[in-house]
Amino acid sequence: MTEAAKQPLLDVHDLRTHFHTFGGTVKAVNGVSFDIAEGEVMGLVGESGGGKSVVGFSILGLIDSPGKIEGGQILLDGEDLVKAGEARLREIRGREISMVFQDPMTSLNPLHSVGRQMDEVLRLHSDLDAQARHSACVEMLESVGISRATERLRAYPHQFSGGMRQRVVIAIALLARPRLIIADEPTTALDVTIQSQILKLMRRQIAEKGASMILVTHDLAVVSEMADRITVLYCGNVVERGRARELIEAPAHPYTRGLIDSIPDPSNRHERLKQIPGTVPDIRNLPQGCNFRDRCPRAQALCAEIEPKLSAQRGSLSAACHFPLNPGESA
Amino acid sequence: MTDVTAPMLDVRNLEMHFPLGGGLFDRLRIGRKGPRLDRSVVRAVNGVSFSIKRGEIMALVGESGCGKSTVAKTIARIYKPTGGELLIDGEDVANHDFAQMLPVRAKMQMIFQDPYASLNPRQKVRDIVAEPLLQQAKGAEARREVPARIEKLLARVGLNAEHAGRYPHQFSGGQRQRIGIARALSVTPGLIVADEPVSALDVSIQAQILNLMKDLRDEFGLAYLFISHDLSVVHHVADKIGVMYLGFMVETAPRDVLFARPRHPYTRALLSAAPSIKAKRDKQEIELTGEVPSALSLPSGCCFRTRCPFAWDRCAVERPALRDMGEGQAVACHLIDEPERDVA
Repeated sequence: MTEAAKQPLLDVHDLRTHFHTFGGTVKAVNGVSFDIAEGEVMGLVGESGGGKSVVGFSILGLIDSPGKIEGGQILLDGEDLVKAGEARLREIRGREISMVFQDPMTSLNPLHSVGRQMDEVLRLHSDLDAQARHSACVEMLESVGISRATERLRAYPHQFSGGMRQRVVIAIALLARPRLIIADEPTTALDVTIQSQILKLMRRQIAEKGASMILVTHDLAVVSEMADRITVLYCGNVVERGRARELIEAPAHPYTRGLIDSIPDPSNRHERLKQIPGTVPDIRNLPQGCNFRDRCPRAQALCAEIEPKLSAQRGSLSAACHFPLNPGESA
Repeated sequence: MTDVTAPMLDVRNLEMHFPLGGGLFDRLRIGRKGPRLDRSVVRAVNGVSFSIKRGEIMALVGESGCGKSTVAKTIARIYKPTGGELLIDGEDVANHDFAQMLPVRAKMQMIFQDPYASLNPRQKVRDIVAEPLLQQAKGAEARREVPARIEKLLARVGLNAEHAGRYPHQFSGGQRQRIGIARALSVTPGLIVADEPVSALDVSIQAQILNLMKDLRDEFGLAYLFISHDLSVVHHVADKIGVMYLGFMVETAPRDVLFARPRHPYTRALLSAAPSIKAKRDKQEIELTGEVPSALSLPSGCCFRTRCPFAWDRCAVERPALRDMGEGQAVACHLIDEPERDVA
């Protein structure tokens, strides 16, 4: 509503991240645009190969060869991160933007104690003395629900369970009070009861600290419980975006509809699940026109010729489709 | 040949304990009475009983470490159970050796979680699917029929004849899972043990595989033991559900009874923790804190008491047994005796 009036915290515009491999150029992210307001949670959803993780890595400048950001802008408060040098990016990582990865075992260093890894963030991004840093770490560890924090700071990652490790990772991500957190499948490796603990923790921490979050996930159920807005990616393009409830309840794009219908739903008694036929195409040679047309029940001749552009639909939704769905219509 | 009303799978008091690994020196402990060997065991499955009829789908749910996969692997006789009976089509196979198991394997096959690790990368699809058939086929006559049968099987699971000559790496995850299903079907088994068959797949592909599995059940009258951590998947496929925690069955019930009226606090917590795309319901009925204790040293009394919000002194002393509640529901919880304690 008031989004247009205020400058967004992060504005990603026409981002293109390509990987130049021997097998051809993989256009993993091919013209993705979205923005995030302060204090907002944006869900980035899609299946494997949709490009959602690459978007997250691109924002932090973590794309290594053979990958390259080929075009577009990533504006953080008006500053273009695509043009920023490595030194500037190092300042931003951890302080302005921090990241929570899927697997807490590989994102923590097994050779350093948790306390040392937490302290590193503050050493780099604050001018607190050792004593103040220590108490900040203890306080943060307690706030993510780890008891006996002073003692646990001396423990190593392998001494924590999966859920506890993810709490540590979240504590590290929040330490320097970043304005944006990119969480890449933060609960995918966890059990449901632990998942609900972690999601609740993240929600509360973000609200308390006034940070924004990009939640990258394949799980529409998680996103619908967490996000204010949702962006759906397919083959490196945004196919639909809009307010979370509107998008989940009455999506305009047939792909979004298909994703939602594929989730087994305890409250409806369809004996068969509605399935999206076929599989995600090889992004090295995408079909001409709409990327989704081979799997789309609404595809017509036009879809094979002209690639649909993201355009405003009803309500808060935008979708890239020549024949968008009306509310209640199935794909 | 056997009684058709007899269950396809009947598990009675199944127990699977693993001795802790490691060499002599890893296990050597110096105590007050001198050195001794540590003989700890991981109590993965502690007396689980259930049965599955022909054409029935039973699901086992629970969090990691609850023993559901161990149950599946023990039934498939990848492990030899340390206790209990395991009746497949009326025959107790708990103590069968490898050779004795061979004819049983024509009645029971397994589908694995990871479609990347469960297919031999050096074999063509045709050979992968033929493997169980060739093990069972006696004589040249039967072997001659194998190629035609493979073609039929591949077509049935939605692959083309030309796919038969390819290698697993040329397929996507969903297609590989179809190959795994074709392999399991090749010997026309009566029971399929499926260990998290769709967990590694994207949601749109997951729907395809679940639909295929249900169609095959209807077509061949298959019984499935379906292991999953995903409650919405389980609700979709299962006729009845067993909920496991730390190697114990804490509740079992027909699907609709379980989802409408879960009785065990752990089942209720699981159901309320599952995220949903539906608008906020009044959920989080029971919220669990903490994590699953180690299977090396089980809690005394009720296995769930360390995380149960209702636990009282009786739970630490006495292990609750599964008790029949009617309508096919059975629950192992002391709250049944003292329902007045059930106030969140």
